[in-house]
Amino acid sequence: MSDEIERHHGPSEVAEPIADPGLPVHQYRVTDVDEAQARRTERQISLMFGLATLLAIGFTVAYFAVDFETTFLGWSAQNFALGATLGGALLLIGVGIIQWAKKLMSDHEMVEMRHPVRSSDEDRAAVMADINAGIEESGIGRRPLIRNSLLGAIGALALPSIVLLRDLGPTPHGQATTVWKRGMRVVNDVSGTPIRPSDVEVGQLINAEPAVFFPAEGEDHSEFHGHELLAAKAKAAVIVVRMRPEDITPEKGKENWGIDGILCYSKICTHVGCPISLWEQQTHHLLCPCHQSTFDLADNGKVIFGPAYRPVPQLPLGIDDEGFIIAMSDFPDIVAPSYPELARDQKKLDGE
Amino acid sequence: MATDTYTKVEDTKVGKKAAGPVGWVDDRLGLAGVARKNLRKVFPDHWSFMLGEIALWSFVVLLLSGVFLTFWFQPSMAEVVYDGSYEPLKGLEMSQAYASTLDISFDIRGGLLMRQIHHWAAHLFIAAMIVHMLRVFFTGAYRKPREINWLIGVGLLALGFIEGFAGYSLPDDLLSGTGLRFVDGLIRSIPIVGSYLEFFIFGGEFPGELIIPRLYMAHILLIPALLLGLIAAHMLLLVYHKHTQWPGPGRTNENVVGFPMLPVYAAKAGGFFFVVFGFTALLSATIQMNPVWAYGPYNPSEVTAGSQPDWYMGFSEGLVRLMPGWESTFFGYTWSWNVFIPGVGGLGLLFTSLALWPFIERWITKDNREHHLLVRPRNAPTRTALGVAGMTAFGVGWAAGGNDIIATQFGLDIYALTWVFRFGFFIFPVIAFLITKRICIGLQHADSDRILHGYETGVLERSPDGGYSERHAPLPVAGQYTLTARDRAPELAPAQTVDANGVEAPHNRRERVRVWLRDKYYAGAVDKPTADDVHHAEEHLGHFEGHPSDHGDDFRGVSDAGVPKVH
Amino acid sequence: MRTLSTRRRHPLAGLFVLLGALAVAAALYTVFAPKNATAQESSTADVEAGRDLFLIGCASCHGENAEGIVTSDDSNYGPSLIGVGAAAVDFQVGTGRMPMAQSAPQAPKKAPEYDEEETRQLAAYIASLGPGPAIPEDEFLEYEDATAEEISEGGEFFRTNCTACHNSVGAGGALPDGRYAPTLEGVTAKHIYEAMQTGPQQMPVFGDDVITPEDKRAVIAYIKAVQDQPNYGGLGGGGLGPVADGVWVWLVGIGGMVGFAIWIAANGTRSKKKVKGAEQ
Repeated sequence: MSDEIERHHGPSEVAEPIADPGLPVHQYRVTDVDEAQARRTERQISLMFGLATLLAIGFTVAYFAVDFETTFLGWSAQNFALGATLGGALLLIGVGIIQWAKKLMSDHEMVEMRHPVRSSDEDRAAVMADINAGIEESGIGRRPLIRNSLLGAIGALALPSIVLLRDLGPTPHGQATTVWKRGMRVVNDVSGTPIRPSDVEVGQLINAEPAVFFPAEGEDHSEFHGHELLAAKAKAAVIVVRMRPEDITPEKGKENWGIDGILCYSKICTHVGCPISLWEQQTHHLLCPCHQSTFDLADNGKVIFGPAYRPVPQLPLGIDDEGFIIAMSDFPDIVAPSYPELARDQKKLDGE
Repeated sequence: MATDTYTKVEDTKVGKKAAGPVGWVDDRLGLAGVARKNLRKVFPDHWSFMLGEIALWSFVVLLLSGVFLTFWFQPSMAEVVYDGSYEPLKGLEMSQAYASTLDISFDIRGGLLMRQIHHWAAHLFIAAMIVHMLRVFFTGAYRKPREINWLIGVGLLALGFIEGFAGYSLPDDLLSGTGLRFVDGLIRSIPIVGSYLEFFIFGGEFPGELIIPRLYMAHILLIPALLLGLIAAHMLLLVYHKHTQWPGPGRTNENVVGFPMLPVYAAKAGGFFFVVFGFTALLSATIQMNPVWAYGPYNPSEVTAGSQPDWYMGFSEGLVRLMPGWESTFFGYTWSWNVFIPGVGGLGLLFTSLALWPFIERWITKDNREHHLLVRPRNAPTRTALGVAGMTAFGVGWAAGGNDIIATQFGLDIYALTWVFRFGFFIFPVIAFLITKRICIGLQHADSDRILHGYETGVLERSPDGGYSERHAPLPVAGQYTLTARDRAPELAPAQTVDANGVEAPHNRRERVRVWLRDKYYAGAVDKPTADDVHHAEEHLGHFEGHPSDHGDDFRGVSDAGVPKVH
Repeated sequence: MRTLSTRRRHPLAGLFVLLGALAVAAALYTVFAPKNATAQESSTADVEAGRDLFLIGCASCHGENAEGIVTSDDSNYGPSLIGVGAAAVDFQVGTGRMPMAQSAPQAPKKAPEYDEEETRQLAAYIASLGPGPAIPEDEFLEYEDATAEEISEGGEFFRTNCTACHNSVGAGGALPDGRYAPTLEGVTAKHIYEAMQTGPQQMPVFGDDVITPEDKRAVIAYIKAVQDQPNYGGLGGGGLGPVADGVWVWLVGIGGMVGFAIWIAANGTRSKKKVKGAEQ
């Protein structure tokens, strides 16, 4: 290394302040010099192995004898009994073996010499010569046509391997819309009961869903079930809240989206999609429990803290003939976390 | 050693019995040559060398307990009605994955124990890898010739994170589903191709019905196979390079001093496997880990307060919480910096800097020698300080990932905490760096003092004019040698900006940067005393009448280890 | 009833803001709160006694007639209590949240200042001011005899409406600006019901029209079932989830493992004696 500027000194290169005194004299263990002590240790270790055997038997007994619902210290007695016996047996075997190694096996330290990892120059030269011979004999350098067409063919194999993955999933679709549409009732989640404005007090929060997730009258099943229901819910879940109308400052065009202070917002955080329903009725703030994005529901769902960027979208509300709360349209703003095509999709929605 | 003092193997019982089988195997495999080199291979003894072993044995426990779980776990998102023993969820619709996890927990005897052992071992696997990595970093064990093994280790850690996260997602309870929802948001945030990746990975819109079967494949086949291969390579390289050791009397860069593989290390390591497994089982018997039944089945319109990933993802999670809400639109695309930068960038930066560090350090120091002796952290102040700064940054992210729990448990304001962490992420590591470096240098000074002025014996002397002083005694030679057994600081030449002919050197600017970094790297470190210093010191300490250890019971004071000789 | 109402109305007529509301409130009160005839008879006395208590302990913040006190910057010093109902009083006073000891982001649960009798009197007084939710009937609080089906249904309501703030086992959670959703551990069925019904402090209202009294009973049954069940797997982390798990891992798990490693590598006691026949 001709360009090396620093000169590094290992411990042995320059005069050392203290000379290496060499390995210290070996000191014997008590068990080496006292045969009685050694026999005592031997008995201790075999006692551990004996106990381990008993614990293994205890495990088998507990497996059949202890019921899961029986409790011990407020825990499942079965889980505790199985874990304690198995763990105890394993631990005793381990401790016994190590104790054997520490107390009774020879503990004379041995010295082994290291050798540089680097191979000898001759070996290296020989390897380089072999590689060279291989290249020469294959003619890979002299016959570029073969080499290049082979490389091309292998490269082309990337195509099938990528194409095969194409059916992992469909191309993206439907991210901009949800199942909400004009006239769909907003119903209470879990029970599926429709909501009248008079049911909603100031300060009330209702975790709601579109009526389509619940069986229509006279039917047993809803349109959606299984993973389709989950996928639809992941975008369509909403919360309905009521504030005093004078507290709300709607944006232009959103003045009539509520009913006497009853507003409906998407429950899906615009950050990474956690369902948000931590609504503080006095401050009107909605907090996401996952990453603490906070939205002001009295002020059009604006972000007032945290990593979210887009306001939580609002669903325009109306009342149907029977006096129940309905949606007046799908969400005018895209719900759920942002994705690359969001800006374009939003433009399309706005254009409609 | 005196192997020839033992009874000849041919004459022992074992020798007579084993000769046949050993011969049979060697006739077919011819491994005696390799075995001869390795059966009595020497390993040095130090507790910190066993940290990686915890990870290794935890991995074995993971394999064993994982196989048990696969007998019953059904990686399917198909909807079933739960009809198991756990009353509060009876009759609910849930995925087969969750229902079978509940069955393992409540209806398979020992199932809950095995689930807890599996989860505990997963935690310990990753935690032990991190602790082991910190040991390797702070002692400089990653240096030439072990850089490749360091890279393998970084790969193992990264795979361990992914493997752990996949496992966390499989039960399909409310918590793991919320984790997947986050991953979905993270994938969507990848610029330009995010939506495509999301639909391909989830097989359609989130959550789809394929993600759990796919994660299951990755969790029980793909990643374990990679882990297994990398662990094998890691161990082979360890054996091939021979373990590093602490410097000391007789322990040099050219040898390795310790106990032979057979029988001592075979017993200690084998015994440690039983200890790791047994301790994990005891933990699983007494400390509840991830009670999936408490969370309920996943439902995208439900969430629980305190939704967190497992602790190893806490750093990433924290950065996502700390990030301001930045998003922009250009080229017609939406760019979600608020998710992408912390989500992908946080762990990306962590693993990239871990992987590059040995090469950066070598470029800065131009130290091309082989290193088999460990360095005490204090003797590489800049490296140690950088490591502590990195740990601090990781710790801030980690704490931020649990900011809601910290807020409720300590009665703090979650917004205020977030702001403290936002600034702290940048400021605390700098403070940690400065403090650590000072502490290291201070400790180096103390070491020099112990060599040159001896140690404090606890014996007070009064001088004729009435002053009091504490008597110092020289360290035993072995102790002195151990303290000085380290590299002397290199001679630092200024940057060569022109070559021998006065022509501007080609890599001019890069070289200047390197030299600047190099000077910073070595700045402030205390070099070990020279032979002259020690010679003077010996004269100075000379009027002390001999070494305390020569005095036997007459010496009243403390030993060099601080133990009082006489009470 | 009629004579009771008239008798009650007459001497207090000048005090009450809403005369029409009085009849409703009094009717609700007589139906819900007292269990027997003597209690009914004493209700007028209760209202008066409640008013006396109110003037001493509550009026400084909530105003002499419970109309609330508004500060100069237009925020509430103490909100108006007209129409909050007996349930709100029973919850706030019964859990010790009111009277507040000091100004804080939110009123914490503490040992109640008023005994049951006084709480009932205060509730009677506030209920007499305007119609509001009454103290829930016992039949909706008897969660012990809920069926398994009701409990799991209650769990669905709980996870949909409550866990986001209160956590999946009711351990509580963080809210903005130092506020928090308190733990549900050790909270009585009545107080849980009243909290849902009245929405104390920042908690939203979950009114009876949407979450019916039967649903509320199911929610309470689920909470109690989850809190009463054993920690099957051993020591829990207080229901705090993965953060608590992580603390266990680092303190006990890795701590213990490193302890074993140190023991394995430690050198035992050495003897000064030498082995017979050794070469040294």
